[in-house]
Amino acid sequence: MKKLKFAHYINQFYGQIGGEDKGDQPPVVHEKAVGPGSGLEKLFGEEGEIIATVICGDTYFAENPEKAAEEITDILKKYDFDCFIAGPAFNAGRYGMACGAICRAVQERLGAPAVASMYTENPGAEIYAKDIYVLETGKSAAAMKDALPAIAEFALKLARGVEIGFPEDEGYIPQGRRVNVFADKTGAVRGVDMLLSKLKGESFTTELPMPVFDRVTPAPAVKNLARAKIALVTSGGVVPRGNPDRIEAANATKYGKYSIEGIDDLVTDEYITVHGGYDPVYVLEDPDRVLPVDVMRLLEKEGVIGKLFEYFYSTVGNTTAVSSAKRFGEEIGRDLLANGVDGAILTST
Amino acid sequence: MQLEVGKVMVRDIRFADRTRMESGVLHIDKNELVKYLKEDASIKDVDIDIARPGESVRIIPVKDIIQPRIKVKGCGQVFPGFISDVDTVGEGVTHVLEGCAVVTCGKIVNFQEGIIDMSGPGAKYNSFSALNNVVLLIEPVSGLTKHAHEAAVRLAGLKASYYLGKAAQNVQPDEKETFTYNTLTEAARLYPDLPRVVYVYMIQSQGLMHDNYIYGLDAKGILPTLISPTEVIDGAIVSGNCAAPCHKNTTFHHLNNPVIMDLLRRHGRELCFAGVIITNESTMLSYKKRAAHFTQKLARLIEAEGVIVTEEGGGNPETDLMLNCKLLEKSDIKTVLITDEYAGRDGRSQGLADVTAEADAVITNGNGNELITLPPMERTIGVLESVEIITGGFSGSLHPDGSITVELASIMGSLCELGYERLTTRLK
Repeated sequence: MKKLKFAHYINQFYGQIGGEDKGDQPPVVHEKAVGPGSGLEKLFGEEGEIIATVICGDTYFAENPEKAAEEITDILKKYDFDCFIAGPAFNAGRYGMACGAICRAVQERLGAPAVASMYTENPGAEIYAKDIYVLETGKSAAAMKDALPAIAEFALKLARGVEIGFPEDEGYIPQGRRVNVFADKTGAVRGVDMLLSKLKGESFTTELPMPVFDRVTPAPAVKNLARAKIALVTSGGVVPRGNPDRIEAANATKYGKYSIEGIDDLVTDEYITVHGGYDPVYVLEDPDRVLPVDVMRLLEKEGVIGKLFEYFYSTVGNTTAVSSAKRFGEEIGRDLLANGVDGAILTST
Repeated sequence: MQLEVGKVMVRDIRFADRTRMESGVLHIDKNELVKYLKEDASIKDVDIDIARPGESVRIIPVKDIIQPRIKVKGCGQVFPGFISDVDTVGEGVTHVLEGCAVVTCGKIVNFQEGIIDMSGPGAKYNSFSALNNVVLLIEPVSGLTKHAHEAAVRLAGLKASYYLGKAAQNVQPDEKETFTYNTLTEAARLYPDLPRVVYVYMIQSQGLMHDNYIYGLDAKGILPTLISPTEVIDGAIVSGNCAAPCHKNTTFHHLNNPVIMDLLRRHGRELCFAGVIITNESTMLSYKKRAAHFTQKLARLIEAEGVIVTEEGGGNPETDLMLNCKLLEKSDIKTVLITDEYAGRDGRSQGLADVTAEADAVITNGNGNELITLPPMERTIGVLESVEIITGGFSGSLHPDGSITVELASIMGSLCELGYERLTTRLK
C-alpha cells in the first residue's frame, strides 16, 4: 500500500526556532517531520509520512492572519499531500487560532482534508470547529503523549477518505450539523427508557439539546407614522395566482416581491396561498386575511400612515430553515431601506 | 378495562368473488367494496389497487392510512363516532388484520399528502412499505369544497377498514395479546412501589388537513381529558390530518400508538401506567395556555410522577410542547418529550420553533429537511406529478426518468413523533 503523505503546521516553539522572542518568524518550510511531527510519523509507521512541515511564528500570523494564511497555502501548493495537520496547540490561544485559520484555508483553497488539534477551550476551537475538524486535546504540552496517537489515527482516516463518525467516538469537537441515523430501538421505546432513567435519578443524554436563538435588537419606533412609508411582508405564503416564482409549500428557498400598485384589495383567485402548514380555505376566500392590503389602504386614505409601499414580499415559513429565514430578512431589509421604507408589518400564520 | 387484541396475519391480498380471509390471504370483492364506498354522494368514483411489500410501486398523494379491525366482543364498534355510535370502546375482544393497511389516495386535497415507496431506498423510511396495502383512489364529485373532499376521503378510509376488518370476525387469530388498564385506585393498590407514569398525547387541531377526531368530536374544541389506552386501540382517535406527511399521526399510528403499547407492556413490571391525557394544539396562544394548565392539573390529580409527551406536527405546536413541559416540571413531574426537528438541509439550523430550559430529556425522530433522491418505480398508484407541490417537494422534484428528489418531510410517517420508527438525529 502506498504511503500516505501529510503536511504539518507548527509554531516557532514546536518548530525548535525559539520562544516568545521568535514569534515574528515568517513561514518557512522543511521537507520532513519536525518536532511533534516526528512523533506523528513514528505512529504512522509504514502507512504515512510527513513530506512538508510549515513553521510560522504566532505573532507573525496573528498580526496579519489573511496574508499569512495566503503565504502558507502558496507554500503548500507545491506539495502533493493527502491530509493536512495543524498543532497540537493545547491551550495556546494565538497558536490555536492560527491552526484553525490555516486548516480552513487549506480546505477552501487547496481542497485538501485538514485537522487541527487543541484544548476545547482554546479560542481557536470555538471559532473554527464548525468549519474544520478540531480534535480535542488536554490543556498543556504534558498531554502530548495522549494527543499524538489520536491525531495520527484521525489523520490516517481522513487521508484514506474513510467516513468520519460521530464526535463522541472520533474525538473531535461537534461541528453543529444534525445528521439523521437509524437507532436500534424505536423513538417510543427510547422515550420510555429515558423516562425510567430520569425517574431513577440515573444519568441520561438528551437526543435534542435545546437550540439557542440570538436576540435581535428592535429598531427604534417609527417617529411620525403619518409621514411614514410602511411595507407588508409575510411568511404566510400569499402569492399571485399561479405561484410564478414557484415558492415551495415548505422549507422555502426563496421569497417573492410583488407589486400592489393601484390595488386596494386582494381578491380571491387573483392571489392564493402556497403555505402547506395551515388551513388555506379562509385565506383563499379572501387573501387580505393574511396580507391585509385592504386595511392598509384604508389607513393610507385616512392619513394614519403616510404611504403603503407598492411592493409586498412573501415567503413560506413552514419548516423553513432559520438560516434561510435570516438571509431573506437581511435581503428584504436592505431592499426596504433602499426604497425609503420606514417600517414593515410582518404577518405570519 | 381489559382488551384482548387478536391478530389475524395477512400475507397477501387478492381480488376475489367474496371478501374473506383464507389461509392468510385477504380476498376482496372489489365491486362490493366500491359499491359500499359510493353510497356517499360526494364520491364520484373509486378505484382500488393493491401494493405489496417489495413491489416497485410508489403511492402518492397519500392522505391517511388505517388498519382494518373489528370488535367481536364488548361494547361499541371500531371508529366510534364514524362507523358506529359513540358507546365507549376499549373492552372485550378486537380482531385486527395484521400486516395490512388501507391507504387513501387519489386527487390531492391540498399540499399535505405524502409518499409511500414499497421498495428501494425510500422503503426504509416507514413501516408501511412492509404492509400489504389496499389503496383507495377516490375521485370526488366536481365542485366539492376542500373540507367536504377531505371528509369524504376520511370516511371512505374508515368504512373500507371496517368492511375489510369484518373478514377477520370469525377467524381464529394467529396471535393474541391482552392489555389491561387499571383504575386509579386498583393501580395504586397493585403497584405501590412502581413509578407512576402518565402519557400526555398531543393531538393536532388546526383546521383543514390539520384536524383529529375523538369519538367523532373535532379535537379543536376539547379541554384536556382522560382516555383509556385501550379506547385508542379501538379507534377512538381518528386522523383528519395530513400536515407534513412525515409527522402526521395517521389513524394507523393512533391505533398502534407505540408509546401506549410500550407503557401497556411495561405496566406492572417497570412502571405503573397511570393514564393517558389527551390534549390538543390550538392556533391561539390563550387556548394553548389553557390546555397546558389543564393538563398540568390533571397530571397532578392522577398523581403522575413521570410523563411522556408526544407532539404532533411542528412550528407553533412547539409552544404547546414547551408549555406542557414547563408546567409539568414545575409540579415536580419528570418529563420526556418526543418530537422531531427541522434543522435545514445542512443540519445547522435551530430545529425547534420554541424552547424551554426544563426540556432536558428529549427524543428526536429525525430532521425532516434532509434531502433524498429516490429511484423511479415501475408503477405509480396515484398522481406522481403532485410530488412537486407537496410539503417537502419543490419545482424540479420530479426528474424526467421518474426519480424524485424530496425532503424526508414528504415520506409518510418517516418522522412520526409518536416514536413509531427508528430514525433519529445525532450531532456531527
